[in-house]
Amino acid sequence: MPTIPGVANTPPSSVKLASQEAINAEIALIAGGYERGSQPESHPRLDYLPYRSSAKRCPTNDLYRTDPELIERTAPVFGQQDVGPFDSDLTVQHLGAPIGERIVVTGRVLDTDGRPIAGQLVEVWQANAAGRYIHVRDQHQAPLDPNFTGFGRCLTGADGSYSFTTVKPGPYPWRNHHNAWRPAHIHFSIFGRAFSQRLITQMYFPGDPLFDYDPIFQSVLDRRSRERIVATYDHEVSSHEEHTGYRWDIVVGETPMVNR
Amino acid sequence: MIETPGQTIGPFFGFALPYAGDSQLVPPGHPDAVQFSGLVLDGDGVAVPDALIEIWQPDAEGSVAARAGSLRRDGFTFTGWGRAATDNSGRYSFSTLRPGGEAPFIAVTVFARGLLHRLFTRAYLPGYPPDGLLSSLPENRRRTLVALEEGASLTFDIKLQGADETVFLRFDNSSD
Ligand SMILES: [Fe+2]
Repeated sequence: MPTIPGVANTPPSSVKLASQEAINAEIALIAGGYERGSQPESHPRLDYLPYRSSAKRCPTNDLYRTDPELIERTAPVFGQQDVGPFDSDLTVQHLGAPIGERIVVTGRVLDTDGRPIAGQLVEVWQANAAGRYIHVRDQHQAPLDPNFTGFGRCLTGADGSYSFTTVKPGPYPWRNHHNAWRPAHIHFSIFGRAFSQRLITQMYFPGDPLFDYDPIFQSVLDRRSRERIVATYDHEVSSHEEHTGYRWDIVVGETPMVNR
Repeated sequence: MIETPGQTIGPFFGFALPYAGDSQLVPPGHPDAVQFSGLVLDGDGVAVPDALIEIWQPDAEGSVAARAGSLRRDGFTFTGWGRAATDNSGRYSFSTLRPGGEAPFIAVTVFARGLLHRLFTRAYLPGYPPDGLLSSLPENRRRTLVALEEGASLTFDIKLQGADETVFLRFDNSSD
């Protein structure tokens, strides 16, 4: 295990921020050690030190495999009473229209066999077009937008489809290392047909120049899995004089079976 | 199809995911209400104030509820699902019913800044014969999955890392 500066047993406040070059070198070292085997790593490494906050928050024991019990083979149910009619349009939640590039993000929630996850809850949250969250702890000096909260919800249709109208979020700085910037992203919270399919992830925009510099994006070591969290521009989703369009399908984990 | 990888919930979910009544599966005044609560701690034993805990459980008879209404609770329907963000002291708290069943447990999902992918665990009620999972674990690990019960409160601390790290689970179909 190589020594990585800034993650010894010192509290974060006393840690000198690593340079982007140092983070890139750590990312490259871990990526170089990853070989795509018969069981590719489909999720991020929990223990991924280029993302500094993971150092004290990742379990050190391997996840313990167990057969799911009945409750874990089922998922919570959401219905029309849980979601309001305007919850999926993030541009109409205030008196005026938010500033930014109007977009629609749409796609389907599927299982690994390609079957749609129907009638299930999807939640999204994001920064505004300037890269600022409405969250009180976001101290980025970019402006808040009085016409944008950045939270939405919907239920998937019978074909597993969801759709959100919003503005494209801006990239924003964070304190993982010196001059750290997150690529623009929308946070997604997804429920499947089973408790074990619960997923929270982030959707990125194609061709973002910040991908190579971002340890959260790079924590997914498998290239094909990493491609799964990048949306595609879809001109069919764009609408005349209304908005541009992105398509992003979400695939939840395998449907659990009982082995015993 | 290739699964969509998880990504951290990050620090800024607080304005979005929590909602009124999120952690009250039953009103705290319900005659059978229990408080299910605990601390989320990191590898140094420091509280994690930016975690989000979700629970999913059967009702008192051991049946899976499968009823909508968790996001707009009507005060009468037990949906079996709830969500609670940790406070500044790293504590989460739910008002719920004791789950029924032969080895009853509350299924728990953990999200946090610094956690790149969600974690699953189980909070078992004490005093029941151990099931397959509990029996397969050595004593020092088994006890991380059993809540402490005192009157109408169930306490279940979640230790993300360290000597008494909580057992976190995977349910994939591989049989190793
Ligand atoms: Fe974010």
